[in-house]
Amino acid sequence: MFDLFAKVFGRDDASKEVAKERLRLVLVHDRASLSPQALEDLKNDLLKVISEYMDIDDQGFRVDFSRHDDAMALVANIPIRSVKRKSL
Amino acid sequence: MGEAIVITSGKGGVGKTTTTANIGAGLAKQGKKVALIDADIGLRNLDVVMGLENRIVYDLVDVVEGFAKLKHALIKDKRFENLYLLPAAQTRDKTAVSPEQMRDLVGQMKEEFDYVLIDSPAGIEQGFKNAVAGADKALVVATPEVSSVRDADRIIGLLEAQEKHRPFLIINRIRASMVKKGDMMDIDDMIEILAIELLGVVPEDEAIVVSTNRGEPAVLNLQSKAGEAYRNIVRRLEGEEVPMMKLEDESRFMYKLRKMMGFKG
Repeated sequence: MFDLFAKVFGRDDASKEVAKERLRLVLVHDRASLSPQALEDLKNDLLKVISEYMDIDDQGFRVDFSRHDDAMALVANIPIRSVKRKSL
Repeated sequence: MGEAIVITSGKGGVGKTTTTANIGAGLAKQGKKVALIDADIGLRNLDVVMGLENRIVYDLVDVVEGFAKLKHALIKDKRFENLYLLPAAQTRDKTAVSPEQMRDLVGQMKEEFDYVLIDSPAGIEQGFKNAVAGADKALVVATPEVSSVRDADRIIGLLEAQEKHRPFLIINRIRASMVKKGDMMDIDDMIEILAIELLGVVPEDEAIVVSTNRGEPAVLNLQSKAGEAYRNIVRRLEGEEVPMMKLEDESRFMYKLRKMMGFKG
């Protein structure tokens, strides 16, 4: 009954929702044993390697974990400006 | 051959020792032969929670080092037919015992007892490793708070890495009134996040403070909601199917009670 009430009036400010969202993010890092700093390092390394082949828009470059149920994936979104022509 | 169960949590202060004492007393009440091991060397507390602090002669480290026989170190709880406590050493630290020694000790105790319950210290270091070394099963205690859930998740990861059986969750100190307002994570939220099987839910209950003051486990108190929750957990450990207790909103309950008695507001 109270749940229904909460849903109808859409209590998005309920503090447990904040707790769950914060936990969701922090646990992704904990479970992958990667700190935000390590993720940043990974991103920079990726950028370096891919830049040898392509011209990347590093402002739009995103690397993040994505979780679906029990599985986790590393998802990179890498906008390309142009592909470098391989010299023979 | 008995079963060894470790009670752990990662974070301190979430109720490991209280849980161990109550499950132990509950199982003993059911006629099982039970031994409790306080694995929190240097910070022992299971003895005071059980009300057995005045009867300690030898401790876990004395036994492991061969200074005392197990049967001489075990304290018999006179309130029960078959409940014993192996206290932790207070003047030593976690490095006084190795995981191998704990495995041997627990293995030896399993031959004599139906259940060996191991109260783990907080943390993920040697004390934790000692506590889980000999266990067949793990119970993870967590309260509905971000810090506790985060640490529980870490512990679950470590237990799974050690190829222990998948641990079971005990949600402790949940408050129905806050859950209803959306200001506390509920049972489903916690199961969704931690993704392990639920063994029981223990409501916040002042009777726990009172029973700890007296050194008498709340599981024996038929009026206590937490006591009832522990009795249910004990029955589930014994293989019985017991539905989860309905959480009573205490503030509403008190309100109704007051109204019934003629006090308004």
